[in-house]
Amino acid sequence: MHLAYPVVLSALLFCTGLYGVLARRNAILVLMSVELMLNAVNLNLVAFDVWLSKATEETLHSGQALTLFTITIAAAEIGIGLAIVLAVHRNRGTADIDKLRDTAERPERSEKAEASA
Amino acid sequence: MTTTTLAVLVPLLPFLGAAAGLLLGRTAPGFVRPLAVLPTLTAFALAVLVAVRQGGDSPVVASTRLTPTGSVPIDLALYIDGFAALVAVVVGLVATCVQIYSTGYLRDDPRYPSYAALVSLFTSAMLLVVYSGDLMVLLVGWEIMGICSYFLVGHYWETPEARAASLKAFLVTKLGDVPFLIGLFALASDAGSFRITRILDTVTDGGLDHPTLIALLLLAGVAGKSAQFPLHTWLPDAMAGPTPVSALIHAATMVAAGVYFIARLLPVFAASSAALVVLAVMAAVTMAGSALAALAQDDIKRVLAYSTIGQLGYMTGALAVGDRGAAVFHLISHGAFKALLFLAAGVIIHAAGTNSLAAMSRMSNLRARVPDAYWTMTVALLALAAIPPFSGFFSKESVLGAAETAAEGHAEHIPGAAGWTVLVAGLLTALLTAAYAARLWLRTFRGQGDEAPDHGRQPLSMTVVLWVLAIPSLALGGLAYGTLPDWFDGDDLAPTLTTSVLGTGLALTGGLVTYAAWRYTTALARTPLGAVAAHPEADAATVEAEAIASHAPAYGDVASAPDPTDPSRVLLGPLHRHAAVGFHLDAVYETLFVRPVQAGARLVRFLDREVVDTYVRGAGALPRLLGAAVRRAQTGNVQTYVSALLAGTVVLVVAALLVATGA
Repeated sequence: MHLAYPVVLSALLFCTGLYGVLARRNAILVLMSVELMLNAVNLNLVAFDVWLSKATEETLHSGQALTLFTITIAAAEIGIGLAIVLAVHRNRGTADIDKLRDTAERPERSEKAEASA
Repeated sequence: MTTTTLAVLVPLLPFLGAAAGLLLGRTAPGFVRPLAVLPTLTAFALAVLVAVRQGGDSPVVASTRLTPTGSVPIDLALYIDGFAALVAVVVGLVATCVQIYSTGYLRDDPRYPSYAALVSLFTSAMLLVVYSGDLMVLLVGWEIMGICSYFLVGHYWETPEARAASLKAFLVTKLGDVPFLIGLFALASDAGSFRITRILDTVTDGGLDHPTLIALLLLAGVAGKSAQFPLHTWLPDAMAGPTPVSALIHAATMVAAGVYFIARLLPVFAASSAALVVLAVMAAVTMAGSALAALAQDDIKRVLAYSTIGQLGYMTGALAVGDRGAAVFHLISHGAFKALLFLAAGVIIHAAGTNSLAAMSRMSNLRARVPDAYWTMTVALLALAAIPPFSGFFSKESVLGAAETAAEGHAEHIPGAAGWTVLVAGLLTALLTAAYAARLWLRTFRGQGDEAPDHGRQPLSMTVVLWVLAIPSLALGGLAYGTLPDWFDGDDLAPTLTTSVLGTGLALTGGLVTYAAWRYTTALARTPLGAVAAHPEADAATVEAEAIASHAPAYGDVASAPDPTDPSRVLLGPLHRHAAVGFHLDAVYETLFVRPVQAGARLVRFLDREVVDTYVRGAGALPRLLGAAVRRAQTGNVQTYVSALLAGTVVLVVAALLVATGA
């Protein structure tokens, strides 16, 4: 199989994920999009590993090994991420990212902070 | 133990007591009183032992090199001659009495542990000054006394008077200490050593290149410490401290240090006749001025403070005519009776609930409330007024006798002018001293009016020390004037007939004139006047702090009271107004130094706030503006941030590609 097929597929997956991260409002969907991006990278790693092993005689298959790491970390990440989303939802009754703007720079608060500093 | 070991222990023990008192004061309150009294008592006993062993023979000299400095080395040296041995005994005696007295006086004071430790440290510093044979080591003790007096005078720091007085005491004495330090360096560079023995040898060989300059520089420090004109103004204000502190600092130790220092280095001063004349004029102005001021004071302790300044004037006068034996003799007897006067005044203030003579003169029967203070204070005042056979008579006559010898030109190297100045001022002061002593006694103990309040008996610790000190005040002079010359330079200290008759006659005249004035004024209509402490049943320190704090609101001034029945108004006439405020010297200093300094401070503040800060604020404005612009981007929406990140990445990738392809 030509290298172009998996690479194009992974690029499509990554772009889909990126779009989801940038455009989705629901935090869970954002997390799912992050997973898409991670898996696009995984696909890339595996595809290039196979391609490299064809070109050279001896290889350590480091791409595949790295993929295993990525999957593990992605599992942990989604676990923590979902826990945070659940906690936020319980506290605020929403998981809409557009409404979670507590870290925004507020003009009146910044004046006060300056005065006290 | 050798005499040297004993002598090292004398200043060391109170120092260790002070360190232990400061460390254990909070954790082990039960040990505070023993730690305060016992080291001082032991040091006193050891000082007596050292004096007995030294016995007025050849000086005990011991030294160890403390540090090589590259030029003039500094030694840890002892130099104990008869002067040092006897002065140390007096310091030990007064310090012990003060420590015992303080246990009663500051019975309920929460700050007693630190107070007692500072008194111990103070005693240790004075003993170091007395025994030291190296001027740099002496200076260490000298400066420790300065800082201790700052803390102790400010003991009642809740009152504004005490805060101001402690600052003033520190600053004024420091003003003298700066020239003093320069003078020490000049002296050491001329003599090639800080050791007193070497310096005295150099002076004997005529090796001093700048005797007048050195003597005048050293005199500034002495005037500051020993409260001589024009640096005496801190001492009357220092009466805002507790009475035992006044007794310790302002009778026997700190103020005595200056006189003692000149006595030690008298040959250095005698090498310059100009310095001796300056010293004589300083002593004369101090004596006469302070005696006039003492006559007009209303606060009992301020009377005693001005009297201390005057008696120190006698001592510097004796030094100006080159007789250090007479000066130290007067220092010793004055140390005893002035400590007694202060401690008795503390008892009286406690019993009367006021420190104002005007208020006391409106209380009858005060003497029956405090019989111990009455009798001992009578003895001490007679000694102060130099009535024979009390100790003050003999020591003051030895000063006047020395002045007379110098005035007649019998003393070597001493200008006759110095002798006449001291003699005339001394006789005038004898008159005034008797007058203010009589006024103090009459107004305190012969008051008429309501019965004095009865607060029960005074604590035993406070009354016993009065009797202990009354013994030397009564008998020391008569017993010692024959034997003291063996300890000192060998000059005769016996009173001469002319000065004795003149001095005693003048003293009796002063006393009788004051009595007549008092009889005249007591017949006048008496306006009610006076305020007493809010808590007369509390311990003595509380009563005193309240009395000091209430004097200015009740009488309009800390020093005087608007009392028409005061005999000093009759005696001084129009001068009274000026004498009451110490001849406006504080106002002069206010105009000359305080106001220019404050104006300078205001100018610096203006320059700092309005000029320097403007540039700093201007430099900060641009970053602040940029920061405000950047902060706009912080919307709180994570997706916006990620979009910006993506855009940035894309731009960077494109740029990298363009660079890589060389386009």
